Amino acid sequence: MNTAVVSVSHAGPHVSIQDAGRRGLMRFGVPQSGPMDRLAHAAANAALGNPAGSAAIEVSLGGLALECLSGRVSFAIAGGAFAIDHAGQRRASWTVATLDAGDRLAIRPGASGSWCYLAFAGALQVPRWLGSAATHAMSGLGGGRVVSGQKLTVGNAARRDDREGDIPRWQNPRPGGAFRATIGPQQRFFGAETVSAFLNGPWRMSDARDRMGARLTGPPIEPRSTLDMPSEAILRGSVQVAGDGVPTVLLADHQTTGGYPKIAALLDCDLDDFVQLRPQDPVVFRQVSPDEAVTEARGAASANRRYLDAISRPRGGLDWRLLNENLIGGVVDASGD
Amino acid sequence: MTGRARAEQRFPCFSPVAEHGLLVEFGETIDRETNARVRQLDEALAADPFDGFLESVPAYASLLIHFDPLICDHGSVRQQALRRIGGESRPDATPGSQEVLVCYDGDFAPDLEAVATACGLSRDDVIAAHLAGRYDVFMYGFAPGYAYLGGVPDRIRLPRKPVAVRDVPAGSVLIAGPQCLVSTLTMPTGWWIIGRSPTRILTQDESRPFLFDVGDRVRFRRIGRTELEAGVVA
Repeated sequence: MNTAVVSVSHAGPHVSIQDAGRRGLMRFGVPQSGPMDRLAHAAANAALGNPAGSAAIEVSLGGLALECLSGRVSFAIAGGAFAIDHAGQRRASWTVATLDAGDRLAIRPGASGSWCYLAFAGALQVPRWLGSAATHAMSGLGGGRVVSGQKLTVGNAARRDDREGDIPRWQNPRPGGAFRATIGPQQRFFGAETVSAFLNGPWRMSDARDRMGARLTGPPIEPRSTLDMPSEAILRGSVQVAGDGVPTVLLADHQTTGGYPKIAALLDCDLDDFVQLRPQDPVVFRQVSPDEAVTEARGAASANRRYLDAISRPRGGLDWRLLNENLIGGVVDASGD
Repeated sequence: MTGRARAEQRFPCFSPVAEHGLLVEFGETIDRETNARVRQLDEALAADPFDGFLESVPAYASLLIHFDPLICDHGSVRQQALRRIGGESRPDATPGSQEVLVCYDGDFAPDLEAVATACGLSRDDVIAAHLAGRYDVFMYGFAPGYAYLGGVPDRIRLPRKPVAVRDVPAGSVLIAGPQCLVSTLTMPTGWWIIGRSPTRILTQDESRPFLFDVGDRVRFRRIGRTELEAGVVA
């Protein structure tokens, strides 16, 4: 078996191994985990021709630098707009290229975005927990945090030169840049004017955010009575308001239950964009009905499927050319930024 | 849309969560009867899942149904839930029973003295009361393997501490109000630390990774320091 070994010379905080996550275990207190930006993670794997959901490295704003010690392996980077230096060359932030023994690769924060994914053509050899290599940040269970000095091995390492080059980007259109949300399920703990205040904002992303959740900065959102509800289950995207009146959007490693009321829930199909915001970025919400939420989710899923299908084929095919001519519709930015 | 008084709530109450969730609330209190209704629907969904069902997550008084919005929607999921509510519980619904070992000695029980003082009891009274409790696994929550056990006897029920303590080790036996919990991770907690257990809730056994099922009955059995230190918790 061809293997490639890379040595991590620098890993910032919150860099971890993530596959598509573990489902169906929330009843045991285990959230799905997996990538913060699931579409970017899927794009990195698709662009390499990897099986969907293969384990990759999730890179935070802390950045990542590594050196290939042995072997040769193609890699893909997707997510946000990070600054990529590979073997002495600047590359686009969404790209496929090949690491040879002795090559260095550095991923640093770029123009925008908070998370990106580094996938290898092959199988990252990492620990699994409950059937998944996704890292649960609080416990470190799963594939684990990536730390400076660590060596990572890629099994079945391959060069896929028919895939090298920039990866076209796709982002589902969100009118007005707003994040869509349904109201509730505990709107009864808030007055109607408080729900309006939540929808009107103005909000900004705060710097208190991690894989568990993101606190927002804006007007106080005060429950109208003392909070006295039994803990109940939470879904990723739920907006919980603690006693201090600050809303928190719960994310990939969210606690599975909570005793604070949820004023709203962001649509799951908008969360990949939401997690890419940086502190101080404005956040605008738009209320949608549950039926509209389902319609939006179906539209987004089908557009994402078409996009991933198109970038999963080697270059030169008709699909690839159509993609590059922006014929799949919507916003496609081939430069990566 | 908003402003419904809590008193007007009718149960079961159905609330949509984004495009992929339906919360079914059966009440607003922590008690066995309400939790039994939660478990009845949970079991009925597990026995006969509908198309697009992803998972259900039981809590004290509510069940969250997570579904695939490409296959179903809130309205159809509500119908599927209504059809299963109030049916017979499993005919073989004898709850599982589990034993958890606990050492109440010295530094493994840093809050035992404070609990005794606050309740007007001796340390031995607190231990006897904790051991006499009959606990039910109401739900898991918060973090992997955090099983919330209801059934702490009245005479040792205390509200949680005003300020959390940091770095409380995994395996700590904690109480707050009617609830008891054996922690699985080193974490801050505002609950009262009355003992340490070598019993692993995260079993490291892939065929049964979590010790309890929701609905199980739990009894605690006292062990000494020697037995704890020889136990499996590092």
